[in-house]
Amino acid sequence: MRVEQYTAWKALITGGESVTAWQKFYVYFYQAFIEKNRWQQYINGVGTTLYVTALALVLGIILGIIVAVVRTAHDQQRPGHHNPILGVLNAIFRIYVTVIRGTPMMVQLLIMGFVIFSSSKNFAMVGALTLGINSGAYQAEIIRGGLMSVDQGQMEASRSLGLNYIDTMRFVIIPQAIKAILPALGNEFIVLLKDTSLISVIGGKELLYAARAIVSRTYEAMFPYLITAAIYLILVMIFTYLLGIFERRLRTSDRR
Amino acid sequence: MIDVNHLSKKFETLEVLSDVSLHVDKGECVCFIGPSGSGKSTFLRCLNLLEIPTSGEIFFDDVSMTDPKTDINKMRQKMGMVFQHFNLFPNLTILRNLTLAPTRTGLLSKDAAEKKAMELLERVGLADKASAYPAQLSGGQKQRVAIVRALCMEPEVMLFDEPTSALDPEMVGEVLDVMKSLAASGMTMIVVTHEMGFAREVANRVLFLEGGKILEEGTPDQIFSHPQTDRLSSFLAKVL
Repeated sequence: MRVEQYTAWKALITGGESVTAWQKFYVYFYQAFIEKNRWQQYINGVGTTLYVTALALVLGIILGIIVAVVRTAHDQQRPGHHNPILGVLNAIFRIYVTVIRGTPMMVQLLIMGFVIFSSSKNFAMVGALTLGINSGAYQAEIIRGGLMSVDQGQMEASRSLGLNYIDTMRFVIIPQAIKAILPALGNEFIVLLKDTSLISVIGGKELLYAARAIVSRTYEAMFPYLITAAIYLILVMIFTYLLGIFERRLRTSDRR
Repeated sequence: MIDVNHLSKKFETLEVLSDVSLHVDKGECVCFIGPSGSGKSTFLRCLNLLEIPTSGEIFFDDVSMTDPKTDINKMRQKMGMVFQHFNLFPNLTILRNLTLAPTRTGLLSKDAAEKKAMELLERVGLADKASAYPAQLSGGQKQRVAIVRALCMEPEVMLFDEPTSALDPEMVGEVLDVMKSLAASGMTMIVVTHEMGFAREVANRVLFLEGGKILEEGTPDQIFSHPQTDRLSSFLAKVL
């Protein structure tokens, strides 16, 4: 694409002359993507998007596993052997899951960004923290479902060998649960990736933020948003592909 | 070696075991027979505290299993258990199934555990399956692996919970053979079974459970050839 061509055709449009669809496309695409190296803004935006997704993902998985294991352990206690610490943690985690699942993501972001961390300028970090805490609540319930779906006989067999609860969870129950819940977890990860677009409301400079900045410069919405949609689609497709590979690797123990 | 005193177990209001007492000596093979729902499996599962008794005491090597201060994981290491549905870990290879417990509990080093596992697999004729996954094995092979898995912990007693009930008829023999050789080697065994042939041939003592109580107890010959109660006679008439 050449800048001379762009300036010439742009002059036609601003002059109110009739132009072909191709000329229009050329001008607006050039404006949205190439002029003033705007493609760099998308790339920077994608960088932040991936960074925030990765941080939120790790935080969400850690929170999810801790909450799920504690809640399952609490429910699986032997009758008459109630551990008070587990009881307190279980109550806290239940409130956490209820509050996070019961309020909109957007509201959580606004509260975190403008109330709790109102003095912070690291918007991407605040966004990642909020998304991670949010995702953790959903992942906790997915993982808990997975842990409960593993046959009770597995726990009994492992405990009957003298393995303790933690080792049993780590080597026997959680690996089997993860295989069972991987499709649901993949779903949650995809939602998380796309939800990072919400952090633009608190000033996180991710992909959608970049697109909106370009729209406000050029007064032209179509191409920046179409490009943004295309980039998200590609990211999700790559993600789905990677998950598929992981799932196939976990299935090695199913071959007969 | 094992002393059970006045063991009772209730599920909600249903009394599954009522006042059962038992003494098992080292090297004995004790078989439990009885109709479904008589409490045989529950009794066995109480011995290693997979079920918590409602009342009563269980002593293993003079240590109280039911005392909350007892380290139950340590005690369970000395009691191997074999389940009706095998309960091998499907996410691990056969070798890892066998070595997980000995290595994690610190009983054996990784090398020693693998050496022992291979020896035992060799003995049950499954050494070639070491790197296979449980899903690739037949039911009989799975149960033999499950027995070996328990043996890898070098237990002092083996508990068998209907080990052949979920097997195809033609695979029952291979599992019973392993159990017979185990009994012959002097292992203390407590077996819940519907295999009357096995009980008659291998057991030192047979107990007939009915309605959560030990109705009759004696040598295989006494139980099978000279039943004292009508209930046992009618039970034997149906299963033999």
